[in-house]
Amino acid sequence: MTSILEGFSKAISLILHLNADLMGIILLSLKVSGTALLVATVLALPLSALLGFRKFPFRGVFISILNTFMGLPPVVVGLFVYLLLSRSGPLGFLALLYTPSAMIIAQTILAFPIVASLSHAAIMGVDPVIRQAAATLGATPFQVSLTIINEARYGIMAAVIAGFGRVMAEVGAILIVGGNIAGFTRVMTTTIALETDKGNFELALALGVILLLISLMVNVLLHIFQKKGMAGAIR
Amino acid sequence: MSLSLKVVGIDKSYNSNPVLQGSSWSFTENGIYVLTGANGCGKSTFLRICALLERPDRGAVSFFDKGKAVQGNIALMRRMTLVLPKAGLFNMSVSRNVSYGLRIRGISGKEAADRTESILEFVGLSHKKDQNALTLSSGESQRIGIARALVIDPEILFLDEPTASIDEKNIKIIENIIQQLKQQGRATVIMTTHDRAQAERLSDRVLLLEKGKII
Repeated sequence: MTSILEGFSKAISLILHLNADLMGIILLSLKVSGTALLVATVLALPLSALLGFRKFPFRGVFISILNTFMGLPPVVVGLFVYLLLSRSGPLGFLALLYTPSAMIIAQTILAFPIVASLSHAAIMGVDPVIRQAAATLGATPFQVSLTIINEARYGIMAAVIAGFGRVMAEVGAILIVGGNIAGFTRVMTTTIALETDKGNFELALALGVILLLISLMVNVLLHIFQKKGMAGAIR
Repeated sequence: MSLSLKVVGIDKSYNSNPVLQGSSWSFTENGIYVLTGANGCGKSTFLRICALLERPDRGAVSFFDKGKAVQGNIALMRRMTLVLPKAGLFNMSVSRNVSYGLRIRGISGKEAADRTESILEFVGLSHKKDQNALTLSSGESQRIGIARALVIDPEILFLDEPTASIDEKNIKIIENIIQQLKQQGRATVIMTTHDRAQAERLSDRVLLLEKGKII
């Protein structure tokens, strides 16, 4: 018990003194996860709009697959990306394995189905009368679609935040494709795993506290956006 | 321009249940037309087909002697508008809701602001312009729905049960708005109501829909 309390107090000291190693790891984590989320969002939004506004063969099957992929195990994604990027893999010539780019690719794959599926659900949740109201006011089909996306904005923001929560907390995929190289590919979750193995709890606890704070922030934002989105849906 | 809306031989069924059967009417003069009839007799369907929101199974709608109107004719749809029984206000401020039709027509800045302000005064809700539209009461929502439609100066204003499920005070205000539209000759109004007394009070012409036909 004493060692845990001691670990916590040292961890808080690291945070308060803005320890350089700690800050470097946090910044890299935010950079990797933020970029992955941005790429996933840019790819997912058009897809969710397409699924929401157009009817085409096997659309239902496509949505079911997307929903299934929301639960993709990170280690499986890590393995898949590793095989693609390894020297003998089809994308081996890019030499991306054990770089932040490989980690971004893996996290993009993890975030994409979450952002796409939840954004699609948000679009489908918009009251059908909104579409009719926009059309009766003379909106073109494109303007109608933009109006619906605007009405679903809080749900879409909640989808993006849920995607962020997923990638920030995952360890399996980035450990496999990033390699946990100090100062280069070492991020919060992989550092916690490594430092715990080494019995060096201060840094692990400090990062754990930061991760929990980020998680808390993500959940508060998620709650706010879901509440705002629900207010629109109820009317 | 005087009105010319012709509805010829409209049939419409839902799940093999006929709602409209050979409904026809020519609206040739400006004014207020009130379509009335029992609940479920097809008044809303008739209005939605006239406003090009729904396609009839058979028959045709034509405006301004320009031949059969088709869904998706944006230029034509922008000359009229339909206010739905549930106004379908957007999750944004009252003034943004009202100016929506102007923004999608590329009208912004001072002109949009002035027109929005003026129409909000017309419906008596200018004091609520900065409020989120979803916080309004049902009656106020319906008045904003009408303001949102009027701001674009439609030649034909379709109102589908504009006073259903709202309080007496707002019913009177909406009826007053419709009467002012008539006095100012602002737009031809074609509305539905199941309230026969209201139909008599407001209309230049009452149309009765029975057994799928206008009689």
